[in-house]
Amino acid sequence: MSGAKKSLLLHLGLIAILFALGFLLPVYHQGNLARILVLATYAIGYNVLFGYTGLLSLGHAMFFSAGMYGLGLAMHHGGVPAVPAFVIGVIASALLSAAVAVLALRTLGVAFMIVTLMFAQAGFLTILYFGAWTRGDEGFVLPQAVREVAGLDLTDPMTRYMTALLLFSAALLVTARMMQMRFGNVLVAVRENEERTTMLGYDVFKHKFVAVVISGTLSGAAGAAYGLLFGYVGATFASVQYSIFPLLWVLLGGAGTTIGPLVGAFFTFYLIDYASSLTSAYMLIVGLVLVLLILFARAGIMGEVRKRWAGWLP
Amino acid sequence: MTLLETRGLTRHFGGLTAVDTVDFQLPAGQVHALIGPNGAGKSTFVGMVAGRIPASAGEVWFDGADVTDLPAHARIRLGMAYTFQITAVYARLSLFDNVALALRQRSEPDVLAALDRVGLADRSAQIAGDLAYGHQRLLEIAMGIAQQPRLLILDEPTQGLAESEIEGFNALISRLRAETTILLIEHNMDVVMALADVITVLDAGRVLASGTPEAIRADAAVQEVYLGAGHAQA
Amino acid sequence: MDFGPYLLLASLEGAVGASVLALTALGLSLVFGVMRVVNVAHGEFFMLGAVIAWFVASQIGGQPALGFVAALIIAPLVVGGLAIVADRLVLKRVAYNPEATIVATIGMLYIIQQAALMTYGPDARPVEPPFNSRIAIPWFEFGEEGFEIYYPWGLSTTSYKLFVIAAAVVMLLGIWALLSRSKLGLLMRATQLDRETARAFGIPVERVYSLVFGFGAGLAALAAVLIVPIQQAHYLMGGDPLLLSFIVVILGGLGSLRGTLVAALLIGMSDGIISVFFSPTLAKIIATMLVALVLVFRPQGLFGKKAL
Repeated sequence: MSGAKKSLLLHLGLIAILFALGFLLPVYHQGNLARILVLATYAIGYNVLFGYTGLLSLGHAMFFSAGMYGLGLAMHHGGVPAVPAFVIGVIASALLSAAVAVLALRTLGVAFMIVTLMFAQAGFLTILYFGAWTRGDEGFVLPQAVREVAGLDLTDPMTRYMTALLLFSAALLVTARMMQMRFGNVLVAVRENEERTTMLGYDVFKHKFVAVVISGTLSGAAGAAYGLLFGYVGATFASVQYSIFPLLWVLLGGAGTTIGPLVGAFFTFYLIDYASSLTSAYMLIVGLVLVLLILFARAGIMGEVRKRWAGWLP
Repeated sequence: MTLLETRGLTRHFGGLTAVDTVDFQLPAGQVHALIGPNGAGKSTFVGMVAGRIPASAGEVWFDGADVTDLPAHARIRLGMAYTFQITAVYARLSLFDNVALALRQRSEPDVLAALDRVGLADRSAQIAGDLAYGHQRLLEIAMGIAQQPRLLILDEPTQGLAESEIEGFNALISRLRAETTILLIEHNMDVVMALADVITVLDAGRVLASGTPEAIRADAAVQEVYLGAGHAQA
Repeated sequence: MDFGPYLLLASLEGAVGASVLALTALGLSLVFGVMRVVNVAHGEFFMLGAVIAWFVASQIGGQPALGFVAALIIAPLVVGGLAIVADRLVLKRVAYNPEATIVATIGMLYIIQQAALMTYGPDARPVEPPFNSRIAIPWFEFGEEGFEIYYPWGLSTTSYKLFVIAAAVVMLLGIWALLSRSKLGLLMRATQLDRETARAFGIPVERVYSLVFGFGAGLAALAAVLIVPIQQAHYLMGGDPLLLSFIVVILGGLGSLRGTLVAALLIGMSDGIISVFFSPTLAKIIATMLVALVLVFRPQGLFGKKAL
């Protein structure tokens, strides 16, 4: 069986399992998994830039929150219904990604990391500064009444779960397909040896630019979905923490693999869930895992699987 | 026809002038060797031709068009191919993936045919970084040839190769001369004398002499610079 | 208070901030400059200094001056030692690879910060300054009888704040002397200029790195001990110093001691003044955007010669 066919089967199989879990899981875990699926979409977006293109951003929270606030402000202040608000959120994050890309891509390596971090911090602070509209740290709730699409109540656990699964599946299949196409191959080439790629005739800047926009837009879609499905918009999602999380999820799950983001988000969610029942200092776990990963297991879980057993793993 | 031309091409690095107003002409179909002592500016010159290094002054003309302001990737698209002094292949990708990137498509027959020209077709699934150094160089040349370039630029292609591999390289270049124009930087005088139609000698950023191998071998100024031209320098 | 005295007050507060910032940023700059790595946990070393100072002061009790002096010695040493351990255990193992180091120091940030939360707790606690008398500052104006000096109500500083400024100046001079005159300073500068050549000359580069990392952390801790009688110790207090140090180092340019000092003065003063006249949030927004844009358009900073 060809690599592409195996890959498609793997992804469809995974989606089928997740679909089944929607009916099998008790409500508490079903709700958790819905959250995980949306966050995994965020991680997939981050993986496009970090795992495939090799650019480490420390500011992705600005894209996630651009989507979230685009949707949230439109619904809260403008009374815009769910679907158009979602589109607004996605467009907001796409525009922001393009603007950031134009500036940040003039830098490389460590400078790129710091520039993205700084832009994201400025974004976070701006949300606080305009607290009159954004309600700052406190945030605001999106009432149940507005969270419905075509008569379907998104607060209903099953509807919410399936919507999250729909979002995740779309992101998974689209990025998987993209990486099989020439554009995806060139992204990997840019990651592996940028100058060599230029000297093979590829416009590296253009490829990086598109990668940033795709990555930021996926992240923004996840942010908008998170606000819509879980009903809360707040500045926390624009803070540094939410830029570190996708890095952790992707590193843990396996950078540059299609399933890694989900695996990483899943494990981190339950790890923190467990840790926060023990102590309020649960972020300690995050720190510890990051250090251990970077020291001993940079390929992450699916990365190790690919290295040792399943070289065909996408 | 003149395929490549530089006019007054110059490069400064701070206070140092690495390449000093070089006028250069390369007719289509020629195999042209660029030689000179270390630090003469050969790699810098060739880097400016390909667009890797921006010129401080002067012009680069390719196939009748001024490409001085064109970025490197655009010049490659116009028909240049470039191999690095220190081999630059995708070490973590397979030979197949390497050549596919050079070909810009992944059709198996085409990729294998390109690998076959350097005798590496049977190893297409291997990871490039696992190859012996000499074979990695061959892979890089295969990637260059795969682009079917008008101008193939080779920066010290035989450096690090064993004697037998150098013979293979000479044979490969001889087969290629019908298809493409070749500009190569070399230190190995045997290779230069065997392959080159014309040799240009650079010293301290300027053209010292330019002519047929026999003329260069007899040139007194070149002999002085090299303290005995014609000896192999590997 | 009128504008003039108000500005003077803001400037004095800014000068205190700038002094502490200069020390903190210098620590980060040395690590940047010699080791070529970004230490995102630098702010947490600062916080640790403050927390340890509180701990030492509360253990010693009695005269606040005693506890303060003890903290001034103990905190930098402890934090510096911890940093050296972190360098040996983690940074050395990733061979100081720039991206891996940043991720590792992010991890260290959370470990240190949350460990402080678990042990020290979420509260902010004060440390008594060794001395703290109020000093009124005169202001002048041209009144009916010509030039007059008076003391506007509210325009004052404290002896301790003046001490902080003086102490910082003394320490900075001392460090400058250390870097430019001593053998250790020479080793550090040599390693910064060319790592490979330094190694070829027999300089124990790895040991210099550990020392520099420890020294940088110790400087941050020292700065924190100076500021904690004014500010209070809190487990989240590392964030602002980190951001401001970043700004200073990036604006001032890599490996430029003078650049770091000038930038610290600029940033410290303007942060103080903007915070007083406008809002602290706005000051921070301007600051973060400034760092980003400098990195994008002028990576060598305002004074430096080499880029990140």
